[in-house]
This record gives sequence, C-alpha cells and structure tokens, in this order.
Amino acid sequence: MATEILMPALSPTMEEGTLAKWLVKEGDTIESGMIMAEIETDKATMEFEAVDEGTMGPILVAEGTEGVKVNTAIAILLEEGEDANAVPATAPAAEAAAPVEAEAPVAAAPAAAAAPVISVNLEPDYPEGTAMKTQTVREALRDGMSEEMRRDENVFLMGEEVAEYQGAYKISQGMLDEFGDKRVIDTPITEHGFAGIAVGASFGGLRPIVEFMTFNFAMQAIDQIINSAAKTLYMSGGQMGAPMVFRGPNGAAARVGAQHSQDYAAWYAQIPGLKVVMPYSASDYKGLMKTAIRDPNPVIFLENEILYGRSGEVPDLEDYTVPFGKARIWREGSDVTIVSFGIGMQYALEAADKLAEDGISAEVVDLRTLRPLDYDTVLASVMKTNRCVTVEEGFPVASIGNHLSAVIMERAFDYLDAPVINCTGKDVPMPYAANLEKHALVTTDEVVAAVKQVTYR
Amino acid sequence: MAARKSTAKKAAKPNVSAEELLTYYREMLLIRRFEEKAGQLYGMGLIGGFCHLYIGQEAVVVGLEAATKEGDKRITSYRDHGHMLACGMDPKGVMAELTGREGGYSKGKGGSMHMFSKEKHFYGGHGIVAAQVPLGAGLAFSDKYKGNDNVTFTYFGDGAANQGQVYESFNMAAIWKLPVIFVIENNQYAMGTSQARSTSTPDIYTRGEAFGIPGETVDGMDVLAVKAASEKAVAHCRAGKGPYILEVKTYRYRGHSMSDPAKYRTREEVQKMREERDAIEGVRQMLLTGNHASEEDLKAIDKEIKAVVNEAAEFSKESPEPALDELWTDIYA
Repeated sequence: MATEILMPALSPTMEEGTLAKWLVKEGDTIESGMIMAEIETDKATMEFEAVDEGTMGPILVAEGTEGVKVNTAIAILLEEGEDANAVPATAPAAEAAAPVEAEAPVAAAPAAAAAPVISVNLEPDYPEGTAMKTQTVREALRDGMSEEMRRDENVFLMGEEVAEYQGAYKISQGMLDEFGDKRVIDTPITEHGFAGIAVGASFGGLRPIVEFMTFNFAMQAIDQIINSAAKTLYMSGGQMGAPMVFRGPNGAAARVGAQHSQDYAAWYAQIPGLKVVMPYSASDYKGLMKTAIRDPNPVIFLENEILYGRSGEVPDLEDYTVPFGKARIWREGSDVTIVSFGIGMQYALEAADKLAEDGISAEVVDLRTLRPLDYDTVLASVMKTNRCVTVEEGFPVASIGNHLSAVIMERAFDYLDAPVINCTGKDVPMPYAANLEKHALVTTDEVVAAVKQVTYR
Repeated sequence: MAARKSTAKKAAKPNVSAEELLTYYREMLLIRRFEEKAGQLYGMGLIGGFCHLYIGQEAVVVGLEAATKEGDKRITSYRDHGHMLACGMDPKGVMAELTGREGGYSKGKGGSMHMFSKEKHFYGGHGIVAAQVPLGAGLAFSDKYKGNDNVTFTYFGDGAANQGQVYESFNMAAIWKLPVIFVIENNQYAMGTSQARSTSTPDIYTRGEAFGIPGETVDGMDVLAVKAASEKAVAHCRAGKGPYILEVKTYRYRGHSMSDPAKYRTREEVQKMREERDAIEGVRQMLLTGNHASEEDLKAIDKEIKAVVNEAAEFSKESPEPALDELWTDIYA
C-alpha cells in the first residue's frame, strides 16, 4: 500500500523548514537509509533518509519550497508493483503523526498570537514612520553583532562552534567569512577556561562577545563571570573592568531534559556589576545586542532557542539601538498589569488576548532588561490597574516575580486591590516527557487563572 | 630545596654588574621590610581580613621582573604585595589599601587581595585560586590580537596548579600561541598541604609537555637564576612561539596567611631554609665577597628602605577611611 512521506522534524524546536533539494525522482527504487532529500531547518541543512523500502511515487512538495510544516506529506512511497495513482494510506500516517503534533503546540501556537500584537507597541524606540523589515530573531542577533564588529575592531566573537560550523544555532552564520578567524574564534569545549580568557582580554582593552552554546554550560564558567567580570571594576576602585557580553540561549528549549533547560534570569539579576538583558521581540534582540556590546560593563544576554526562528518587524535603520532599563508596554489595559520578559511574554500576550474575550483589560509590560530594571514603568502601571501578575519560566523560589512583588509591596502597597501573583516554572527539575515538560513550564491558562484570581472574576 | 634541572642557575653570575646586584638587593629588601611591616600592622589591628605575606619568595618576582619591558603585563593571586612593589607600584598606595584607606590603590575597596594598577600593567590581585590563570592568558590574547610583542606574566602557586582551569588555559594558550609565561611559584605548600600530599608530579612544569608547552624549573632562592630563566622565557614569547612555563621552586617563611599557625611543617625546616638558602642573604654575600659594596653601603641601603616602608606605614595610618558614598561608586562604568 502507498504511504505518505512526511516532512520530518530535524531539531527539538523545528516547526517548519525548506525542502531544499530532492535527491530521488519518481520511479526510483528506494532503500531504507537512502538519502532522499536535503531539508533546511532554521539551523542547518540536513539530509533526510528513507526509512521504508519501495518505489518513489509522486513528489507533492517541489524542491525549493519554503515554510513546509512538520508532518506535511511531501511525497508518496509506493509498494512494489503499485502504480503511481494508488491512493495513499493517509489514515495510518496521520495517526502516527498525531502525537508529534500534540507535543508541538507550546512552541507552535504563540507565533500567531504574538504577531498582531507587535503593532500595539506603545513606546517605540524608533521614530514614527521608520521603515521596517521582517527578520527572525536569529538574523536580528547576527546583524546586531556584525554591525558592531564593523564599527569597532576590538569587538570579537568567541565560543564553541561559532566560526566554521556557523554557530550551533546558526546565530553567527556568515560571520567567519566576513570577519575572519582572528575575530570569529572557535574555542575548545572548555567554558571555564575561555570565559576566563575573554574576561582577561577585556581587561586588556578588547570587547569580547562570548557565546555559550547554552547558558546551562555557563555554570562551568560562573566563577569567572561573577568573581572576575562583575566585581573587578569595584575591587580596582574604578581602574579597570570587563566591557564584554556573555550571550547564548537560556531556559527551556523543547524536550532536552533537566540539564539543558534552566532559566538563569534570576541568578544573574542578583549580581551587582552585571547588566542582564532578556529580550522577547526580534527588534529588541537587535537593538539590545548593539547596546550590550557598547556598554562598558559585563552584560549577560539571555536568549531563547524557541524564539530564534520567530520573525518580527525590525526597524530598517543604519544604527538601531534600544536603551537598557526601559520596559516596553506591549498593550495598554486598565484591569490588571501582567509583567514578563523573554519568552514569558508569549504567555503574557496570549493570556491578554484570551482575557480580552472575557472583558478583562490587561496591560502587558515587557521588562526587556532585568538589571537595570525599569521599576518606574511597572509601578506606574500597577498604580493604574491596582493588580499585578508576573510571568516567567524560571524556578519559583527567589524569582524575578518574587522580587517585583516585594518592590510593589514596598512602594505601591496602598494601590493594590489584590495580592500580586507570580506565575513561574514549577519547582522541579525539567522532565523529558512531553506532557510533563509542558506542565513544568508556565502556561497561558495559569496566567489567565491568576489574572481572574486577582480581579476576583 | 631541590632545584634539580636548573638550567640557568650559575651561568649568569659572572656577567652581573654591581649596579644590577644592588638593584635586586634593594628590591628584595623592600618587599621583605614591607611585608614585615604589614605583619606588624596586622598585629595591631590596622590591617584586617586575609593577609598573605611574600617573605621568603622575594627572588621570584624580582628575578622575573628583571626581564620585562614597558607594556608587559602581570597578574597574580592573593599573595600579591611583592608583585606590586616589584613592578614599581607605590608602597604608600599598597600599604594604604591594606589598611583600607582612601589613599589605597583601590580606594580601600579591594584590600590585600585585590589591587590593580593600569599604569603599571598590574592586573590584580585575585582571590579565587587559579582564576588568574585564564585571565592572564586572556591578557596575552589581547596583546596578540593587537599585534604587539608584549608578554604577560601569569603567576600562580603549586596549589593552584591542581585546578582544572589551569589546563584549560594551557591548552588554549598552546593552540593560539599566546605570549604568556606561566610562572608557577612552588613554595611547596598549598596552604597546609605539602606538594607531596597533593600533587601527582614532583615537577609541575612537566605537565606542560602534554600541551607542547616548553618549561623548566628554576631555583627560586637565586635571583640571578630566576632572571636568566625569565630572559629565556620572554625571548620565546616575544618571538611569537607561544607560551612558556617556569616552575620557580621557592619557600615562604611565614604561614599561608596571618592566621596560619603553620603546624604542617617543622620550625627546623623553616629555620634551615632561612639560614642556608635565603635569597637576600645570597645577594648580600655576593656583593660583599665581590667587593661590590661594603657593610656600610648595605647598611645605608637598609636604612633607606626602612624609611620608605615607615613612610608607607605612616601614610596608610593617616590616609582617611573612604567616604561612605564610595560604597556606591565603581559598580558600573
């Protein structure tokens, strides 16, 4: 019986890809293990191997097609003797695909929700009428770094697989070609060592950008980040410090287990001497990265793997920067303030949409930087709405939300009509099972429920 | 004191001038008298916290500094007073930092373990054992990146030599050919644990062989031997050949820090080292037997050094404590 060949998921966070090239044609004999096609994910071009034997039937998705969703039928595989017009057995294929789809919505759904909200940015960091271009977060980050490297020859990028491999998550794609191996430097797998070397290089007058393949690995290097980078300016009485950026994906990706899924926002935000950035939108990724590179202090730049492939509108300006310490109000509201940052924003914005359907008007504040933190914007909003819910993926104890709750209590106690609720990740190591992982992270439903609780609905 | 394989030890002696010997004598004596004074001020409660004295190890940093040029960098651990004096930092500013005063190099905010001087290219003063090793490799990285011929002296102890980041640094320094001299100041005790109990190899410099980094051991109680070894290492680095390791076998006469009763070694062991191997006494004898200086000349130098140290001590007592608003400065640039 004929079967459908489905677009495969080739990375933990892949939602769609480009069918770059077919390496087989209709009528070819297919053996298992044969390379059938080249598929471009957001990170790399991968070879797609056949699993079953048979004869190649009609190709349903032509090569060069972009944005092919995972689990779309891309071709038909015929059994021996079958003719090309045989009806494919869609039913079993769809059934097999179902659980995969069920695992995906955490990542898949919000893209649509986030997109329309972009236009509701109330405090743009660029002049009205600025031309915009659509870019992925990945491209915005690369452009931000590349622009700064063109501007200042003391800026360089180092990390594991940043150069020849083009970045483990393809952030530094093309940078080796442009800047050469003096400025785009592959390191051995030795986080503690190369973080220390980068801090030393910054003492010596350079402006390093250190890519950690993920911030989970930066725990190997955290002594150099905190004891050497963050404290030297103070310990030297202002004589020398560490003007540099530590960057990389932070927090949960998808199904990568406990050791690769931690959100370090609250950890780094606690350290005087560091600046901590955790952007959500593509334009902020670019504008904040440029600001981070120019900042004369050590900056922790917390990215998110799931966001890398998301597109957004980025101002098409020669030199677009976003200041630190300025929150962004994504939508105005009057009943409750939802404060979040980084990927937490997708839950905040989704919840705000759902709440609007119930007639609850939520104001959504994106902190963007956690140190410095824009307390004034948060407090002004809470004084207006009299209610607050915080949203983040990190652990609940000593979270950013805990800290904000305390500040709001100290400085706006009389304005509160309800206790502040913190929506966070659960107090457990990240489980692998799809259903457990989804539950371990903060969910939109939890945000909606928290808002209903503080608004007594 | 077993400085086997010391390649440079005697060779340099015939060529040494009286002037040079007197310079080393003066520099080593300054460190010793300064440290003795620091110990005294600690006892009086004027210096607090941790205070790690360099007494006994003076020939190491003085010998190494003898081969430096302007632009070369140095970085070390928390036993750092000697390094600061040897690279020309002002004893007044160092002592005032020890007493936590406004006139200290870090305005009183760093303390004994955390002092820096951009002017003298001294990059600290680091309290986490071995953390200065990748930092030093990074300083060398910055010079290579800029394309000059400066060399970074990265000092660490025999105890630090067992930290993993040392070997991460060796590896990257070797693959990137960084102009860094890794100076292992082997004073034989990692705090209270002897090298024999803590370190798998008797000669730590041999660990560089695994990374293709050349190295040697040097008698750290002989300032001329250290200087000769330093010249050789510097030439290697300046020629763009990458890192070099010098394991300088030395001995500290005092405890690990002021609060260390040093029960892990005998009084006799320390006494023997002081009597038979003391680096300052060695140079003193060379000066006298070579007729380069008279007892009177040396007494005059002693007096001069004492005056410098007393002046530093006075300054460190008179300099005011930092203003309270200093608490909130220098957190961000």
